[in-house]
Amino acid sequence: MLVFLLLRLTPGDPAAIMAGDAATAEQIEQIRAGLGLDRPIVVQFGIWLGRIVSGDLGESYYFRIKVATLIGQRLEPTFALATMTILIAVLVAVPLGMLAAWRFGGWLDRALMGFSVLGFSIPVFVLAYVLIWLVSLQLGWLPVQGYVRIADGFFLFLKHLILPAVTLSVIYIALIARVTRASVLEALGEDYIRTARAKGLPEMRVLVRHALANAAVPIVTVIGIGIAILIGGVVVTESVYAIPGLGRLTVDAVLARDFPTIQGVIIFFSFIYVAVNLLIDLSYLVFDPRIRY
Amino acid sequence: MKVLDNWSVRIGGGVLALLIVLSLAAPWLGTVDPTLFDAASRDLRPGQAGEITTLEGDTVKHVFLMGSDSFGRDIYSRVVYGTRVSLVVGLAAALVALVFGVLCGLAAGYIRWLDGILMRLMDGIMAIPAILIAIAVVALWRASVPTVIIAIAIPEIPRVTRLVRSLVLSIREEPYVEAAVSLGTPTGKIMFGHILPNTVAPLLVQATYVCAFAILLEAILSFLGVGLPPDIPTWGNIMAEGRVQFVAYPHNVFFPGVFLAVTVLAVNMLGDGLRDTLDPKMAKRV
Repeated sequence: MLVFLLLRLTPGDPAAIMAGDAATAEQIEQIRAGLGLDRPIVVQFGIWLGRIVSGDLGESYYFRIKVATLIGQRLEPTFALATMTILIAVLVAVPLGMLAAWRFGGWLDRALMGFSVLGFSIPVFVLAYVLIWLVSLQLGWLPVQGYVRIADGFFLFLKHLILPAVTLSVIYIALIARVTRASVLEALGEDYIRTARAKGLPEMRVLVRHALANAAVPIVTVIGIGIAILIGGVVVTESVYAIPGLGRLTVDAVLARDFPTIQGVIIFFSFIYVAVNLLIDLSYLVFDPRIRY
Repeated sequence: MKVLDNWSVRIGGGVLALLIVLSLAAPWLGTVDPTLFDAASRDLRPGQAGEITTLEGDTVKHVFLMGSDSFGRDIYSRVVYGTRVSLVVGLAAALVALVFGVLCGLAAGYIRWLDGILMRLMDGIMAIPAILIAIAVVALWRASVPTVIIAIAIPEIPRVTRLVRSLVLSIREEPYVEAAVSLGTPTGKIMFGHILPNTVAPLLVQATYVCAFAILLEAILSFLGVGLPPDIPTWGNIMAEGRVQFVAYPHNVFFPGVFLAVTVLAVNMLGDGLRDTLDPKMAKRV
């Protein structure tokens, strides 16, 4: 409902924009009637709510196809980018955070804390351009922009996706590494760590099996919270790297004042965010057998 | 003072002070009007000399320290004047978020029946990623300085509200609040006179983070082309204009990018330093 009200209380008139500058008032009125925008706002809301519940997000004013279809078409690049980013972030951040906690106060720890402040501060798009300039233009290792569907060759797909994913993962790495460090540090102070060491377990096993496993819940939680940052980052990253995903669709829809598409995308993203966090709540059962729902 | 002994505060605050001086002294730093352009001086590289036409129609010689863009505008002048816009928008958005957040947080924490309604509303806002809310709000009301400030502030309100609410919930159980209540002090006076002053330290820390995020978000909106109108020189707008020919002229994107990154970094460092000195309990938690 918030989304609906937010989008309709606007001075911008999509009918006027669609009709173009040369349109007469009659033509604009015709388009407005065709879109159902001439009816009272309460009626519009009733129709809208009924459709959302049945999974119908309406038809795009601009692309003239169903919003649900449109989102479906643009899903693959965004999904691929997000998955790869999370993968890179978790694989880099968790070991780094763990090692930083293990050597608390050492050079790796200080470097990581410095990096995390830096990671939070460098805007995604600035980083994107620095990486494009360095990796693609100066070194010529990877393509500058664009996207190749996974069906058109996995290697090409990977080649186009790696730079955007690395760009996007930096802030995520900063976030996850920080929390991993803090929670592993806390776990390392517990009695059972001393017991494990006293038993003569190898240090690696103490770290992973005893410290990290007990520190898992906050780490998994922050991965879920980070999805919000990730979604925001996707919008920016897709614009910079010219990836035809949902993020680009959002920006294009705003510029075209295509309300059904804007609200469709926002509802979709919010749904994903809530769903992922619900899954993460459920995953606590695996990571901490003491938790029961 | 203890706060000034902290190196994060010193460096962050110092850089920030420098940026404020820079933005105030913009007209005297060898800049020209940031909206001036000259077709003869298009796409100059940093350090090249060229000419620029003033509003009176005179052509004057000018050295383009950071080069020029595809309209022949001076990037250096635009970046320096852009500092003003970024700092003002960032501060204003943080202030708006803080005022509404504090009001909502105090109400939710102290007035029981409002708690449920307010916090569900805040949960609703938090379920939508910040950038999407800001984009949606800007799409609604056409971009101008006040609408962009509000658009950036809205997603930050729940964070401030939650912080204030949690602080109020613990402060309201303190003996001095109980004393004030039993003396018959009006609710308003308890909320603003007894509880609010005790939330200042954590709030100040939170405010710096909100400010950093606001500066970042403003740049992102402008960069995507949905932020402030393109004729206002902001770092995001300069980058948006320069991205089209990034491959040939990377300086259009780099200089504002560096300023933006340094500013946000300085504000974040200031926040970290303040947190460590003012609010040691919170420092241990994060």
